[in-house]
Amino acid sequence: MDGACPLPLDEYPVVLLAHGGGGRLMQRLLDGLILPTLDVRAGQSLHDAARLDELLTDAAGRLAFTTDSYVVRPLFFPGGDIGTLAVCGTVNDLAMAGAQARALSVSLILEEGLPMQTLWQVLRSLRQSAAAAGVRIVTGDTKVVERGRADGVYINTAGIGAVPAGVSIHPGRVRAGDAVLLSGDIGRHGIAVLAQREGLQFETTIESDCQPLWPAVAALLDAGLDLHCLRDPTRGGLASALVEIARQAGVDVLLDEAALPVTPPVATACELLGFDPLHVACEGRLVAFVPAPQAQAALDLLRSAPGGEQAARIGAVRGPGGQVTLRSRYGIDRPLDMPAGELLPRIC
Amino acid sequence: MSSAEYRDPVTVRRLLDAIAGTVSRPWTLMEICGGQTHAILRAGIDRLLPPAVTLVHGPGCPVCVTPVGVIDQAIALAGRPEVTLCSFGDMLRVPGSCGDLLAARAAGGDVRVVYSPLDAVALAGREPKRQVVFLAVGFETTAPAAAAAVRQAQALDLPNFSLLCAQVRVAPAMAAILAAPDCRIQGFLAAGHVCAVMGLAEYAPLVARFGVPIVVAGFEPVDILTGVLHCLRQLEGGRARLENAYARAVSAQGNPAAQALVGEVFECVARDWRGLGELPESGLGLRAGYADFDAARRFGLAQTPAPDPGECLAGEVLQGRLRPDRCPAFGSRCTPQRPLGAPMVSSEGACAAYYRYRGPVA
Repeated sequence: MDGACPLPLDEYPVVLLAHGGGGRLMQRLLDGLILPTLDVRAGQSLHDAARLDELLTDAAGRLAFTTDSYVVRPLFFPGGDIGTLAVCGTVNDLAMAGAQARALSVSLILEEGLPMQTLWQVLRSLRQSAAAAGVRIVTGDTKVVERGRADGVYINTAGIGAVPAGVSIHPGRVRAGDAVLLSGDIGRHGIAVLAQREGLQFETTIESDCQPLWPAVAALLDAGLDLHCLRDPTRGGLASALVEIARQAGVDVLLDEAALPVTPPVATACELLGFDPLHVACEGRLVAFVPAPQAQAALDLLRSAPGGEQAARIGAVRGPGGQVTLRSRYGIDRPLDMPAGELLPRIC
Repeated sequence: MSSAEYRDPVTVRRLLDAIAGTVSRPWTLMEICGGQTHAILRAGIDRLLPPAVTLVHGPGCPVCVTPVGVIDQAIALAGRPEVTLCSFGDMLRVPGSCGDLLAARAAGGDVRVVYSPLDAVALAGREPKRQVVFLAVGFETTAPAAAAAVRQAQALDLPNFSLLCAQVRVAPAMAAILAAPDCRIQGFLAAGHVCAVMGLAEYAPLVARFGVPIVVAGFEPVDILTGVLHCLRQLEGGRARLENAYARAVSAQGNPAAQALVGEVFECVARDWRGLGELPESGLGLRAGYADFDAARRFGLAQTPAPDPGECLAGEVLQGRLRPDRCPAFGSRCTPQRPLGAPMVSSEGACAAYYRYRGPVA
């Protein structure tokens, strides 16, 4: 997909309101740029809805369905962009239910004046990420809003996935004695986006961890491991993900601070900004609750998955309750909670 | 040592053993800085220390001590259509008498988070038709950057940049706490960052006047415990001296260039503190030569002293008289989601530290 934007930029270098008007210009945008770049299922006749029969023949009714909207600013950041995010986010939400994503819808809300070249780059990322995740983009929508009413591009994706037979992954299955595993280091996505947005310079460029998680989940499932619960720690970070699961499952979770993988650049950036890495968003990490006897096998698989070098066993489920407790390096326990709201950099 | 070594559990244990071997009777120490308060609660240092050593938390959170009246002025400015109000992130959630800056932004005000006052100057340069006001809060650590911003705005001839001044000084607050008749503080850990800028000179008169040890300390567990040990050795030995236990970052003279910059732009003025009232010489105001950059003057802001909210006991907390979790509203009517006062909002605030590291029912 390298090369130039397929739409002649000298004709329409930026998105116009008319590109969303339903007329000739919109058709030209769809036929000339969006559909070919996204490789919307070849041979599929464009209709008001996509037929998924052949994509889901083996699903036997065990389907998962999810949707999410992506409004990240800036659109491009080290390690990814809004297109990568819009695919990985939805594919990963399906993977956390044990579902392999099969079909994706993509809805674009474009701001008048968006450079056509930028749109093309985002579409290219959407396609590349979908290909990497093994999912087809089968339907979508495009709207254009007036200048000033959006940050360039907003994307909504919805995904349908197939859950393999025998797989049941949800908080209700978390049990005392489960080990808590984390698939890699935390906090890189949130810091990468913030640094890019606010023009913060750190000694090392921090790249987002954004990536599809299905390969890691598939490896765990293929090995026959009994995954009780999975969660990707996105907004709110690892702390929020674990607090949610502990509450939903009604169990106490004890985390070991010394085992939490945080890279030195992320730790330094968090110190400077007054953030706790436990509260910073990830986009390519998962937390897995597995029976303790299977923990080492699961950890070995996570470590051989892409980006999983720092996968770690970070804690254990202790018993009924609903609290998450962090044991510090000095043996002191403290409760872990969700952040109060938007992460704001501290004063000094 | 790398920063990880200042958290090393073995070194921490060695220091705790030394402290246990030093202490023969109860002592109460105050750490001034909110950053130290959070480090203490995060690592659980207060629970690792022998029971005879009590740490109380001082007023060293600039967000917490900014009075309601200044927040109200900032909110009023944010409501003006021509104004872009800039400040550090924490200030956006601090309650004024009616709402906070986040609510002002949601209501249509142009409120922006910046990382440095110089970012606000750059914004004023980029948007000449807007009046860019920087809400300048902070101790001596942020004052040089605020002074540099004013100098830069003057050099660039930017008529659309101004400061809403709420800069404060640590030493007068320490003096006020020590002068209180019921003061129970027997030793201080001074804030390393402030001393890195200002040096140690301001503390010697406090040691002489009040007869308390003051030890400059850093922000990692090893730094804080080293400061505590030095302070306790003095107290047990019947001495009261000024000591620097953070020599890797702090020199006796501080940073003369930063001091000169602050002295050029600012002068000491009386300043109202949330919970503490007005303290003489405790604030920094713009000198006459820079009065054009004073937002209060430019926009004709009235000095409207707003009372602290009745139920919030921030004043008692900020003076070390009340442990945050002993406030009747703590964790129930006052939480980070619905704070009654600034110490529950700020990432440096003592109430926020107790809530975050001990839970709502500490």
